[in-house]
Amino acid sequence: MKIRKSTIIVHIIAWSAALLWILPFLGVLMAATRPFDEILRGWWNFEDFNPSLKSFVDAWNYRDAPIGEGILNSFLVAIPSTFIPMLVASLAGYGFARFRFPIRDYLFITILLLMSIPQQMVAVPLFQIMNDLGLVNSFIGLILVHSAWGLPWIILFMRNYFSTLPVEVEEAAKVDGASDFKIFYKIALPMALPALASVAVLQFMWVWNDFFFALILIGSTDRMLATQRIPYMSGERYVPWDLLSAASILVMMVPVLIFALLQKYYIKGMIGWTIKG
Amino acid sequence: MGRNRITVKKNLPLFFSPALILIIFFVVFPALQTVYISFLSPSDEFVGFDNYADVLSRAEIVNLEGFPKWPPLGALIHNLIWIAIHLPLSMFSGLALAIILRDVKGASIVKSAIFLGMVTPMVVGGLILRFSFEERVGLVNAFFNILGFEQLTRTWTAYPETALFALIFGSVWLWTGFSMILYSAGLATIPKDYYEAAKIDGASPLRTFYRITFPLLKPITIVVISMTLLWELKIFDIVFAAFSGTRGPGGAGNVLALQMWLYAFRFSEYNSAAVVATFLTAFTLVISVWMIRYMVKR
Repeated sequence: MKIRKSTIIVHIIAWSAALLWILPFLGVLMAATRPFDEILRGWWNFEDFNPSLKSFVDAWNYRDAPIGEGILNSFLVAIPSTFIPMLVASLAGYGFARFRFPIRDYLFITILLLMSIPQQMVAVPLFQIMNDLGLVNSFIGLILVHSAWGLPWIILFMRNYFSTLPVEVEEAAKVDGASDFKIFYKIALPMALPALASVAVLQFMWVWNDFFFALILIGSTDRMLATQRIPYMSGERYVPWDLLSAASILVMMVPVLIFALLQKYYIKGMIGWTIKG
Repeated sequence: MGRNRITVKKNLPLFFSPALILIIFFVVFPALQTVYISFLSPSDEFVGFDNYADVLSRAEIVNLEGFPKWPPLGALIHNLIWIAIHLPLSMFSGLALAIILRDVKGASIVKSAIFLGMVTPMVVGGLILRFSFEERVGLVNAFFNILGFEQLTRTWTAYPETALFALIFGSVWLWTGFSMILYSAGLATIPKDYYEAAKIDGASPLRTFYRITFPLLKPITIVVISMTLLWELKIFDIVFAAFSGTRGPGGAGNVLALQMWLYAFRFSEYNSAAVVATFLTAFTLVISVWMIRYMVKR
């Protein structure tokens, strides 16, 4: 078989791109696993090479803001912030897909528009509301906010998915006297499991990776989420790279692992809610 | 749409009220309140657009005196520079990679490597950028040394002339995976016959791209452009992490979202913060109206 020159060039470009994209992450991994003075002349120098997991242990137990505690907090916030909007938005998404009522299309477009609003737009009043409710520094407040902010895109996504499901089964159940809620719960929702998996993966990652809402609503050190603890460790001038790199890897490990294991659902979710709008 | 079942109205609240209550309480109501605050003076008198005239002419928002010059140029201009550089670069590199990767063995591994930046928390992303641009430990300077540009070796994020550009180019690295994944999915939907027909007609690869590939990818291009614009306008975490919650050297890394946070949570200037937030939201709404109108038309 003859290999064409263009094939070789294309492979070289593609694999160099992969290398170029992965190098910065490799640098962080090096800074996290080697003593700081080894890194000072560039992490690509291997004259001295004494890898250890010391920085990971130090970051995990860091002073007043251990990363381990942050990761636990992030799980406590991200898990309910995934399941609450999933359920609530499935109900509304199903309603938009199946029911007809006067203001439906206007309501739907309004909700779509809300997807684009920056978090900064609600920051100050939201802080005041939470303060009045006594929910500043509380995970419940943050969970409510994340749930509400996840709703618009999940409603869009679920509505699109429900509209692709055949309506005949549901109509048959209706004739048999099943209520709308029962049809939703017993027939439509089980059929939407693949869509729900995509929603769960994407929403969990967005909440996990979020920084702004946590920054304004969580102030006390022991409550801080994982992402908040990384800037907390670094000063404007002095930056402990070994510690920060280890902390970064620990915090990004969760979304990276989820992506590695559930890539199919992640990509489907990403493409579904952007392309099939 | 004939497929909709007409339902008894009493069931609607069951399906819609949980979502509407959450959205109204935590999204719509606070957003409207921000608009309201933006028209008030610190002593709660209604002042119309005075706050807008005041805030939008401040040096930290727009600073064009002596233009053209290096940053700091103000947060608004920085966001616009971000768009001008980041949008075309990330979009076209994503498109180019998607096209190339169709014929590459192990494309899924390459895609995963490039997509890693999209999965990473942006706080970590900002930190990695700062690390990569550091004078001695950073990779970028090592590249410049190899290429013989020793005069460029410096901690890029520490100087006003370079801080903003370091983050902008670095954010291309973080965001290219987005357009690459969307374009890859789009390319997979184009039937192979189109290309075979073009080949038979003797069309050059470039002509095939302009006449077949690019037009058929238009819906994806619209999504990529609008989502990328929204991302560039809302940029916050990267800057916050790279400059430790400051506006960068001499204010050269400032962006609108960060300036809003500083007004509100550092200087307690709530009315100024509301002006910046409302202004930013007006931008994002224009973009999403454009995208939704295009999608509805289709």
